Amino acid sequence: MRILIKNGHIIDPANNIDEVLDILADNGKITDIGKDLSTELDGLDMQVIDATGMVVAPGLVDMHVHLREPGFEYKEDIETGTRAALMGGVTSVACMPNTKPVTDNETVIKYIIERAKEVGYANVYPVGAVSKGLEGKELSEIGEMKFAGAVAISDDGKPVYNSSLMRRAIQYADMFDMRVISHCEDLSLVDDGCMNDGFIASRLGLKGIPNSAEDVQIARDILIAEELSMGVHIAHVSTKGGVEIIRQAKARGVDVTCETCPHYFTLTDEACDGFNTLAKMNPPLRTAEDVEAIKDGLKDGTIDCIVTDHAPHHPDEKMCEFAASANGIVGLETSLGLSLRYLVKEGILTLSELIEKMSYNPSKILGISKGTLGEGKIADITIFNPDEEWTVDISKLSSKSKNSPFDGFKLLGKPQYVIVGGKIMVNQGVIL
Amino acid sequence: MKKQDLLGLRDLSKEEILSILETAKEMKKIIESPVKKAPHLQGKTVINLFYENSTRTRMSFELASKYLGANAANITASGSSVEKGETLEDTVRNLNAMAADIIVMRHNMSGAPHFIAPMVNAHIINAGDGMHEHPTQALLDMFTMMEKKGKIEGLKVAIIGDVYHSRVVRSNIYGLLKLGATVTVGGPSTLIPKDLEQMGVKVFKTVHEAIVDADVVMGLRIQLERQKKGLFPSVREYHRFFGIDDKRLKFAKPDALVMHPGPVNRGVEFSSSVVDCDQSVINEQVTNGVAIRMAVMHLLANHNSFLGGDKQ
Repeated sequence: MRILIKNGHIIDPANNIDEVLDILADNGKITDIGKDLSTELDGLDMQVIDATGMVVAPGLVDMHVHLREPGFEYKEDIETGTRAALMGGVTSVACMPNTKPVTDNETVIKYIIERAKEVGYANVYPVGAVSKGLEGKELSEIGEMKFAGAVAISDDGKPVYNSSLMRRAIQYADMFDMRVISHCEDLSLVDDGCMNDGFIASRLGLKGIPNSAEDVQIARDILIAEELSMGVHIAHVSTKGGVEIIRQAKARGVDVTCETCPHYFTLTDEACDGFNTLAKMNPPLRTAEDVEAIKDGLKDGTIDCIVTDHAPHHPDEKMCEFAASANGIVGLETSLGLSLRYLVKEGILTLSELIEKMSYNPSKILGISKGTLGEGKIADITIFNPDEEWTVDISKLSSKSKNSPFDGFKLLGKPQYVIVGGKIMVNQGVIL
Repeated sequence: MKKQDLLGLRDLSKEEILSILETAKEMKKIIESPVKKAPHLQGKTVINLFYENSTRTRMSFELASKYLGANAANITASGSSVEKGETLEDTVRNLNAMAADIIVMRHNMSGAPHFIAPMVNAHIINAGDGMHEHPTQALLDMFTMMEKKGKIEGLKVAIIGDVYHSRVVRSNIYGLLKLGATVTVGGPSTLIPKDLEQMGVKVFKTVHEAIVDADVVMGLRIQLERQKKGLFPSVREYHRFFGIDDKRLKFAKPDALVMHPGPVNRGVEFSSSVVDCDQSVINEQVTNGVAIRMAVMHLLANHNSFLGGDKQ
């Protein structure tokens, strides 16, 4: 089956392409990029997409997603989670190991990969747990997980509290060319906190989480990685201090990479006012100062990736007292839209820089061959109009769960066509 | 028509607060009369739903409803919602289904009444939600100040103690500022919430600075049950540096009121002599509490509004 995408604005940072060209995919792979390809071909077994006025980008890669399968399928599963991914233009996801059973051995890794092949709409790359059972005590069988298909390790959901274990994890994962994706949270500083420590928490009578709870572990993990001359990836950066620590570390040559999420550059803790549990997540929404620092970090390259930390939860777990509510929001379907509206349109990132952070950089960090439209590469392609406005209606999300604070937000660039492995999976905004 | 609740003083206007205080004045007469029974809430059902221990506040609400002739009932639920079987939502819906007109709710989590109020027809009165608000306490505090000082506007009110965990202080800040008082707070740094000044108050690290020239000195209970972590080293140290004794009281105005939401830890927030001195109005606060609660319940059940006068 062949697909010809005509006249689209190809943005492919991996190959330094940023111009209007045609692109041809055949039998699952990209075979040709160039001007006016159509004149050279006949129409047999060919689907043509007219991408005039639209951006044609490598399929987005979200390296921080919770698919909840196995074990929490009432919130989301591999099928619905990957459908939600496609609706957001994401063709590859890395899924976190806080499943049930925990993804801390090759059996669960294999299960996830097989299940994704069976029912998945997008490519699924499992992240293995750092520690057995996510208990933070013993290393899990990281080597076996790598050979079963894991692309990184993380105890996400939880921090690795014991510094010695973190050090060993970085060393050990390095042997297998994997990074630790570190969820940085000093639990003793978090104490009983359930939102950012600041005026809003004080007025609502909620215990606050200071920025230092995140920053001290970011610093710790960077210093450990530096000492070992190995790499580490900092998950969901949300603080001004964190960005600065990472910036300085990069400047002196430490191999640290990091990611942030759209909510950390679009919302502040004010969204929690009125006890809004849809604004409750971990790390928490911070202040306007932190939001500006995140944007600065994206702009100057300190922050490498934009991910969603897609965290589906059942209404019973969100619609309750604030302190008892589960942490997290869904994000796969709004990530591109938020990024276009609040980063590209505001002049903080160019389209090319955005695609780099949402596609190419995560692929490099995970060591997967995605995020590129190079000839011979598998055809994972996302096509969207970056100027087309659309309004978020959370009742219509493809995810099983609808816990998003962005209901009613006017965003840009809903993906019109999404191609996975050379097959058109989303056609004119509708999943096939 | 939109249902009126009393969730916090953040939501009330100056006029509404003054109206409640006016109504409470009338209600106090009923308490002080030999026959403590009036018909305002006859045929109405008031249920106390207390998730936290409390004898005083619950008794105050229960008596208030009975003085006005209501069908009164108490429930002590334990634990929080999701963790312990029936959810808060289901519990409250159950009570609502039994035709409760008013549900008085005390809960250990901030925002609990705000969460359930839209779900039921019954008027919700917040009797204290976590560290957030305790509106009837602040109303009775203001009622007491109004009674003794004749006005609230221009008063300097100093609130001393564990401000961080106190729902009493937050409600008082909202109410007092709306009525034109100035509020200063003082306490150990570990017990002052971040950016509290943004609520419009002055924050001090020593008790002297906070109570200088105060018209009202309010002590907050050192809430031992909320401090498993020891945010200050010892009760003795707290009293030495932040307790108010006769000497420290002299920094305030000579006719300053001494107030406390109770129960008092004698020798901690206040020395015993301060608790019992002539300036202390702690006992009258308790009486006024019943009157305020009567006023609030009457206005909600019979008028669905805090404005709208009263007198039945």
